[in-house]
Amino acid sequence: MSTTTPQTWPQIRNAGVDGMLVSFADALSEPSNRAALAFRERIEREGWDGVLETSSTLASAFVRFDPFVLPHVELRMRLEALLTEVNWFNAAPPNERRFWRIPAAFGGELAPQLGGAAEAAGMTVAEAVTSLSSARVRVTTLGFAAGQPYLGELPEAWNLPRQSGLTPKVPVGALVVAIRQFVLFATSAPTGWQHVAQTAFTCFRPDSETPFALRAGDEVQFTPITREELEAIRTRDTSGDGGATVEPIR
Amino acid sequence: MSGLRVVSIGPSVTVQDQGRPGFVASGLSRGGAVDLLALSEGAALLGQCADLATLEMAGFGGVFKAERDLRIALTGAAMQASLDGAPLRWNASHAVPMGAELRIGAASSGGYGYLHLGGGVDAPMVMGARSTDLNSQIGRRVADGDLLPVGPDVGGPVGCVLDGASRDDGGTIRMVRSFQTPLFAKDELARFEATVFHRDMRGNRMGVRLKPQGAGFQAEGGLTVLSEIIMIGDVQMTGDGAPFVLLPEAQTTGGYPRIGTILPCDLPKLVQAPPDADLRFTFITLEEALDAERAFKAQLADLPRQIAPLIRAPGDVPDLLTYQLISGVARGDEEH
Repeated sequence: MSTTTPQTWPQIRNAGVDGMLVSFADALSEPSNRAALAFRERIEREGWDGVLETSSTLASAFVRFDPFVLPHVELRMRLEALLTEVNWFNAAPPNERRFWRIPAAFGGELAPQLGGAAEAAGMTVAEAVTSLSSARVRVTTLGFAAGQPYLGELPEAWNLPRQSGLTPKVPVGALVVAIRQFVLFATSAPTGWQHVAQTAFTCFRPDSETPFALRAGDEVQFTPITREELEAIRTRDTSGDGGATVEPIR
Repeated sequence: MSGLRVVSIGPSVTVQDQGRPGFVASGLSRGGAVDLLALSEGAALLGQCADLATLEMAGFGGVFKAERDLRIALTGAAMQASLDGAPLRWNASHAVPMGAELRIGAASSGGYGYLHLGGGVDAPMVMGARSTDLNSQIGRRVADGDLLPVGPDVGGPVGCVLDGASRDDGGTIRMVRSFQTPLFAKDELARFEATVFHRDMRGNRMGVRLKPQGAGFQAEGGLTVLSEIIMIGDVQMTGDGAPFVLLPEAQTTGGYPRIGTILPCDLPKLVQAPPDADLRFTFITLEEALDAERAFKAQLADLPRQIAPLIRAPGDVPDLLTYQLISGVARGDEEH
């Protein structure tokens, strides 16, 4: 057996030949996500030669580097030093975060799985809309598709399993829910998560000066609108924001 | 604007360069050519920078018409190629005069062939690269009737060959252990290294599935793990236990356990393996892997010095005099 060693966190591990991963947990939790976000920002602030890019995932900070400029041993030592600075699980969230309010049409023909998701969560449809639209969630990571956010953490009632049967395709801007998280679809794709609302928000805008609308650490609330209001937003919006408002978090 | 006109094109031809690194934090894969060695070989043949964009042809090329005088180079998986009906050698550079018809057919190996243009394909620059990323809807497949604009060509010799590093016969692919390797039991890892695999032809730029001879492979602790960063070359085990190698256009994070990571310098051999070629995997130490990567970098830097004049039978050349003027390298004393 190779997993008999008890695991302690955080852990620094190699990723391929030119990556290093600082993991704060092996399961999603609010403190480990916060630690990952804050630690990634801390690495960025160092501006080390040889670091090619950094990133954060649900529970890890990641560094891709040139091992011929910054050897593995050296990078590991520097990361270990940063880890001892503070208790990263209690670290303040990164700077330059923003709070987005994104209009979303819940249920109906545009988001046909709201009823089923509400039932699975033990709520009426009205309760489900209230619960989902009042949650202020954080972008825990971007992944799977360019600019596509995972948002959490939703109340325990939304700890729904992924469906074994995939929905063949949800459109861009679809808001789906499972395992106490939202995903706001950046692309049209199949999913095993439940499609509970539809937005006019475009997460990835390759021709724009800011191709990625959201950043990890940003906070989002989905404000309920009618289907007619969504159609009206679609007609007039050319920015991709889909009627969203944004303000800095201080 | 003039360049190379696409008369008809194979099902999966895209413009590719070194890719679009630096956006992993935003969920955008690096993308770029799946056989980066082929990019450097094409650049060496044309005496230009390996950052220029080229045409990546998955399994099948197309028919093209030159709308100006062009220099081209052909690298990667060998495909049947001809210029106005005369066969063209692969792993070589050629002059394509205005009006000439270039035909590139199938790769017998099913791998990726590359058509390089002197001056590069001048496709629009999006977020620092010209690479098409179908998954992120940046650019699209090359289509019939397209005009591929060509960048300014520095000029240089044509009629040159480069005996490209052999990578059309499978063989042993080197891997390093990665952060999820310990999810696999020791005997499972040993069985993985002892197993012969064949490439499944249904692969694409996101990844390629490998068919094991024998049972599939499973991580301990179940099917999925917390979604975590993906490295290009990661070998993940999906539900059926068949390894799936993640290529440059793979998603940036994923929840299937990964047994290890293929060395970047061994990826060309994997993506170009014909379906009947035996593939095996071996884990090497990180130090050995870094030595291999260093040697690969040196090999790329040395490619321009390995260019040699193409030696042809005179009968293959319709007008020897013209050919010599264009090529500038035929000395007239080549052996046949």
